[in-house]
Amino acid sequence: MTGVGPVLARAKAEGRAALVGYLPVGFPDVETSIAAMRAMVAGGVDIVEVGVPYSDPLMDGPVIQAAVDTALQQGTRPRDAVAAAEAVASAGVPALLMTYWNIVDRYGVRRFATDLARVGAAGLITPDLIPDEATEWLDASDALGLDRVFLVAPSSTDERLKMTAQACRGFVYAASVMGVTGTRVSVGDAARVLVQRTRTVSDAPVCVGLGVSNGDQAAEVAGYADGVIVGSAFVQRLAEAQDRSAALGAVRSLAEDLAAGVRRGRER
Amino acid sequence: MSAGTVSLREAEGPYFGAFGGRFVPEALVAALDELDVAFRTAMVDPAFLAELGSLHRSYSGRPSIVTEVPRFAEHAGGARVLLKREDLNHTGSHKINNVLGQALLTRRMGKTRVIAETGAGQHGVATATAAALMGLSCVVYMGEEDTRRQALNVARMRLLGAEVIPVAIGSRTLKDAINEAMRDWVTNVAETHYLLGTVAGPHPFPTMVRDFQKIIGEEARAQVLDLAGRLPDVVCACVGGGSNAIGVFHAFLDDREVELVGFEAGGEGVETGRHAASITGGLPGVLHGNRTFVLQDEDGQTVESHSISAGLDYPGVGPEHSWLHDTGRARYQPVPDAEAMDAFRLLCLTEGIIPAIESAHALAGAIREGRRLGPDGLVLVNLSGRGDKDVDTAARWFGLHPGSGS
Repeated sequence: MTGVGPVLARAKAEGRAALVGYLPVGFPDVETSIAAMRAMVAGGVDIVEVGVPYSDPLMDGPVIQAAVDTALQQGTRPRDAVAAAEAVASAGVPALLMTYWNIVDRYGVRRFATDLARVGAAGLITPDLIPDEATEWLDASDALGLDRVFLVAPSSTDERLKMTAQACRGFVYAASVMGVTGTRVSVGDAARVLVQRTRTVSDAPVCVGLGVSNGDQAAEVAGYADGVIVGSAFVQRLAEAQDRSAALGAVRSLAEDLAAGVRRGRER
Repeated sequence: MSAGTVSLREAEGPYFGAFGGRFVPEALVAALDELDVAFRTAMVDPAFLAELGSLHRSYSGRPSIVTEVPRFAEHAGGARVLLKREDLNHTGSHKINNVLGQALLTRRMGKTRVIAETGAGQHGVATATAAALMGLSCVVYMGEEDTRRQALNVARMRLLGAEVIPVAIGSRTLKDAINEAMRDWVTNVAETHYLLGTVAGPHPFPTMVRDFQKIIGEEARAQVLDLAGRLPDVVCACVGGGSNAIGVFHAFLDDREVELVGFEAGGEGVETGRHAASITGGLPGVLHGNRTFVLQDEDGQTVESHSISAGLDYPGVGPEHSWLHDTGRARYQPVPDAEAMDAFRLLCLTEGIIPAIESAHALAGAIREGRRLGPDGLVLVNLSGRGDKDVDTAARWFGLHPGSGS
């Protein structure tokens, strides 16, 4: 199994932030989405976040909502996300599944964790599961050595930042703004403040997500975070492409732009 | 639960048995904690309670009356049938009870904007009303499908100064309106209160909304004792999210001899899969921030609900209902569209009262229960809303529009 810890440590040793790329499995279809994850890796993504389509994605903005809707209409299932994670992991890159909790609840927490471990996936990112409600997942991930990434937000109290960061394994996901996923003109100061606050209560790596869409923004965030998470911008490239080869090319070139960005971040 | 010793009325969130909790993005936890504190502080503050009580008496028209309906009851096995008339409240339903409480809390928290979801439009209208009364800005999310079938209520909300945003994703009904309201809330939480309309959602909403609605049962229990000299045998209510049902049930929870029955929207029949009966036809899962019974497929994807009643067209249900079902304290049964519409027409023709189609599900249930109990039975029905908004739907159903030949 490939956990995310060693990859984040290696990036740190290289004096840069890690690049985390998100794509939902099943958009525009399962096979292309897996090929696009490989293209992200070829372009320089260090960790792949595999989105599991869900009918009620209340943390996602319009771009990801529409993509996930398409994936579900095509009959994409949780096991397709497990297969995508296997494909990514077999290429030597850690794969975290990003999933709303009811998917795991219905699948069975222990069974889901066991399947992740079996295919070599790193673990889970859980946008609507807070550690307070996660007893079963904490136990299963401990037993199987899986990473578990919870989110912190600008509104989190210091006490909750500490509790949440301590519950994380792999990294802490810092939501840069109050809001849902989507590209933004600027990432803003809230992210920097949140990363600093998290560092005062935890030694865990902190990766920043929500709103990063280009190399310059990635460089800015890489100046203070351990990792930069990009989602909607990748999905938008896939959605706008005329055909499969253009889609994969666009994803790869965005990954290259972002990968250069995370390497520029510490130079200034 | 050791029957007869533990007070069910004292149950509080976050958990009702295995149900409830907070399955939400971390970004909302601080706002939920703030709301929880504001709510608990307010409920022991005489000034807050006095202001809410005054609004009940001089604005929304409480206490609502109880009406005995003997001509309707002839079709219900001859049992005595009493209606708790929440339809007579200002804005036309029980929704105003919760809205006034939360709008006052919004002001106490120093927030200036409220957002709400609505299905039938009753909660949206009530929220727009309270926002106008208290000078709050108001945005209501409503599924595009529902804006069509409840066009009158869209106009009412706009007249009251609210912005109505049609939601054109997913099934375009109540569940999608809730998703969109949650997205707005997580983005604007600093100045915005999400004025959730039912006993679902993350803690403290199920407890708080129940506590603002339990006045229905408290009044009704005393009124029935006064009128009939005893407690009812059965209390009937319709259940979508479940706020009117928990409101009327709560005062009776510790009266173990009183049966509590919730009637879910059976749509075209539970066996067809086109229904909104979450407890009868769903499985425990997580939806909209709480663990409860959910209409879902084998992968945990929410299944679209179907009901002629927009207000019951929801694939989840409040966690306290899931618990009452689990413990057996309350029973839940589906009522199909056709049976609800028959009861709707019967109340119109026998008593001169046009009920909301939501409430007609409870009336259909009362007919079943009355026939089971016979002439000695005493049935209390929560008539949660009036049917003005449903006239067009009902006219189509019964073929009453000009040129339709009837």
